[in-house]
Amino acid sequence: MSRPPAPGRAGKTAKPPEAKGGGRRLNIGAVRSTFAPWNDPDAVPLVRFEGVTKRFGGQAAVDNVSLDIYPGEFFALLGPSGCGKTTLMRMLAGFETPDAGRITLAGQDLAGVPPHQRPVNMMFQSYALFPHLTVEQNIAFGLKQEGLPRGEIAARVLEMLDLVKLTPFARRRPDQLSGGQKQRVALARAVARKPKMLLLDEPLGALDKKLREETQFELMDLQVELGVTFLIVTHDQEEAMVMADRIAVMGEGRTVQVGRPEEIYETPSSRYVAEFLGDVNLFETRVETIEHPMAHLQAKDATAGFYVLDDDCPDPGSTVWLAVRPEKMRISLDPPADGARNVLAGEIWDIGYTGDWTNYIVELPGEKLVRVARANSQRFVERPIGWDDKVWVSFDPDAGVVLTS
Amino acid sequence: MRRGPSWFNLVSITLGFAFLYLPIVLLVAWSFNASKLVTVWGGFSTRWYAALLQDEQLLAAAWVTVRVGLLSATIATVLGTLAAIALVRGGRFRGRTMFSGMVYAPLVMPEVIMGLALLLLFVAMGFDRGFWTVMLAHTTFTLSYVAVVVHSRLVTFDRALEEAAQDLGCTPAQSFLKVTLPNIFPAVLAGWMLAFTLSLDDLVIASFTSGPGATTLPMRIYSQVRLGVTPEINAVCTLLIAVVATGIIIFSLTQKWRTGAAARGPRQEVS
Amino acid sequence: MTSRPRSRAVILPAIWLGVLFAFPFLLVFKLSLSDSALAMPPYAPQIDWGGGLAAIKTFFAALDFEMYARLTSDRLYLDAYLTSLKFAAGGTLIALLVGYPMAYGMARCKPATRNILLMLVILPFWTSFLIRVYAWVGILKPEGLLNVFLGLLGLDPVSLLYTPTAVQIGLVYSYLPFMVLPLYAALERMDHTLLEAAADLGSPPWRSFWQITWPLSLPGVVAGCLLCFIPMVGEFVIPDLLGGPGSLMIGRSIWMEFFANRDWPFASAVAIILLFTLVLPIVLYQRQQARALEAGR
Repeated sequence: MSRPPAPGRAGKTAKPPEAKGGGRRLNIGAVRSTFAPWNDPDAVPLVRFEGVTKRFGGQAAVDNVSLDIYPGEFFALLGPSGCGKTTLMRMLAGFETPDAGRITLAGQDLAGVPPHQRPVNMMFQSYALFPHLTVEQNIAFGLKQEGLPRGEIAARVLEMLDLVKLTPFARRRPDQLSGGQKQRVALARAVARKPKMLLLDEPLGALDKKLREETQFELMDLQVELGVTFLIVTHDQEEAMVMADRIAVMGEGRTVQVGRPEEIYETPSSRYVAEFLGDVNLFETRVETIEHPMAHLQAKDATAGFYVLDDDCPDPGSTVWLAVRPEKMRISLDPPADGARNVLAGEIWDIGYTGDWTNYIVELPGEKLVRVARANSQRFVERPIGWDDKVWVSFDPDAGVVLTS
Repeated sequence: MRRGPSWFNLVSITLGFAFLYLPIVLLVAWSFNASKLVTVWGGFSTRWYAALLQDEQLLAAAWVTVRVGLLSATIATVLGTLAAIALVRGGRFRGRTMFSGMVYAPLVMPEVIMGLALLLLFVAMGFDRGFWTVMLAHTTFTLSYVAVVVHSRLVTFDRALEEAAQDLGCTPAQSFLKVTLPNIFPAVLAGWMLAFTLSLDDLVIASFTSGPGATTLPMRIYSQVRLGVTPEINAVCTLLIAVVATGIIIFSLTQKWRTGAAARGPRQEVS
Repeated sequence: MTSRPRSRAVILPAIWLGVLFAFPFLLVFKLSLSDSALAMPPYAPQIDWGGGLAAIKTFFAALDFEMYARLTSDRLYLDAYLTSLKFAAGGTLIALLVGYPMAYGMARCKPATRNILLMLVILPFWTSFLIRVYAWVGILKPEGLLNVFLGLLGLDPVSLLYTPTAVQIGLVYSYLPFMVLPLYAALERMDHTLLEAAADLGSPPWRSFWQITWPLSLPGVVAGCLLCFIPMVGEFVIPDLLGGPGSLMIGRSIWMEFFANRDWPFASAVAIILLFTLVLPIVLYQRQQARALEAGR
């Protein structure tokens, strides 16, 4: 992935998106650049969902969702199927009407505006390429609707074909294209009209794993190049984390948590979010004492005690869940040095070797299973951990997150 | 892998198709028989076809039938397509059950009852029975067949295509004309052909709803056939079969060509 | 939940069918309650639209069930009904026995062959019904082809034309495609690996057939049977061309009452009864189709 050095994003003004930082994604996980209009009280959102609700036969598919999306953002709606993410997007495109609430785009209330008059375009999950038209006719379709002069349409089509590298395929029909090519035609067709916002419904869902990874980066490059705000719907957490500036995790029609990928991963707001994004070990515990900056938790089945940072920890006596990611746990055959906190003794239950990582399932007293992931940073290990070995699992106090719901 | 057909399968297929086609083949053969008798082969002859051309009543009936067929099939195609759209795209509207009942009932309704009901309507309305009443009657019962054919195509038609068209700036009506119609067109055409052949074929409903001066070909054939086997009728039948078969062959060839052209096109392998 | 139709497409066909399909049935029903008359149109009473409310009252007062009473008292019509049901049931059964092996064999052919065979099943449907029935006259008549053939085999000639057997043959012949198509659709859809799985689990072929193929093809069997039975009951052309006096079917008796006897009210009553006879199978069929459509999604 090579990215042309773009002018760094200065400060927090939500200005034309082409100013968006080029290098900001190069060190994922670390602090990114300063593109964060959502933290700026003066920034004006491009799209605003206010208390939007949609019911299907009494069942709320989208339940009182409020959400702001800023110009230039790459925003992901993430959730399992049936969580309402697609319905939310379709309401923005105009294919569903909210039962309550308001959607505004660039200050304009969209209520009553039919799909064909909305300045957004959508890339459909099935791509929805018109089978009776060629690639270039597909791309030109929306431009013709606008009544642009012929020459302008032709020029724009060529430009789009070049953008998605499909120039040699201009005269093909959709059924003569591979899955990846279809996906690119759908993309070109949707962006040809220069929409204020591009909606992508599971854009990579139909591609195989390898192509999907390549396409993720292509989409990111394209977004920077076009300077269009992207709203993507996906059930694939990796896809959302790699591409999006911000993610809204949805469940049962509501937005459960909205934030940058690393925020959501490292500080999930609930067990639902923690479990949906990646693997997590959860311990049901009671808060014993709080001695700043440490909180002491006791497992509900009294098999272990934990020490974690007391951020957001409720008062002693409350029931909380301690969430620890597998990669933040250590595993060893020897007991850790004295004074180490959060040390659990157990027995290997199962081992899953994936090449780069090895996942150990460890059985703790009380038949509790935890998952520990270890990077295989060495080719050979002197004393490999084997089945039924007695092992020690430990983690640092700042590795755990205290969850109240 | 599917196992191939066994000898039992082959025998039942062969006998079944022999049963279906033998009478038609015989009819065609008889029409070229110089002899009037079905059991005697008097040599190849086209004399019955020549006799046909002299039969003005028959030719008039054929002309009536073709006009009724063209007009009623066209109207039925429009109405049947609209009905299919309403059923597939209309959602759950009030009276939907009633509507779908009306659309599909003519498919299973005995022709005698359809004919009787329509006749009573025309009498009650004081219409003079003739060309127009037959045309109206044929439109009514053939539109159901068009609706079925178009319905089955519309159900499998990806709704996202219409939404994509609207997303790209089409009004619902434009998206239908520019995207849906071109894609369901083969079904619409098939519906038209079906409606046309059904109209061409109908005896019972036409007999009820027709009047003096509007005798259709099947009515004419029927009145001749009741008198026994006549070679001229064999010739008419053969011509009718030929017309329909040609139509079907042309239709399926164009369909093959369409899909074949797409399949033959250059295809680049990617990944 | 019901609402206004989302599509305006419904308007035109609804009006058309309302006027030319639903309304005429009300007329048939009304007429079946009227009396015959020697006039044109040949029934009474008729509404005297100039007479106001009183005339409409007299009109309704004059309606009665006399025609239906006559139906039950006249052996001829009862027999015609029973004959129709008998012929339709027999024809359906024979069509099933002939059609099932055909459909089964077709489903086991190679895809290319299958499509050609499918086309061949549909093709007769496109050729004139009347013509196809008429062709049998030439085969079945005493000096027809069948007897020539039997003679060559040294067998006695049979006289089939204008007998119930001829009607039965005609019915099976004409409606066989209606039986084969749904059967084929059901059998073709069937996953062949099911039979392999059954064989793998030790089931002999004949048992696999009865325990797997047959139950899975039942929707097709039901659809095919109803699709044959319903129109067979009301059939007119076949008994008229091939049948004799012993095979008076109900469709033909409506025709006769109407055209020969000019007894329109009576013909209407016969038609209404026929309609009621068919309501049950028609509803069954529509239900089954709706279920199949649901399952197909």
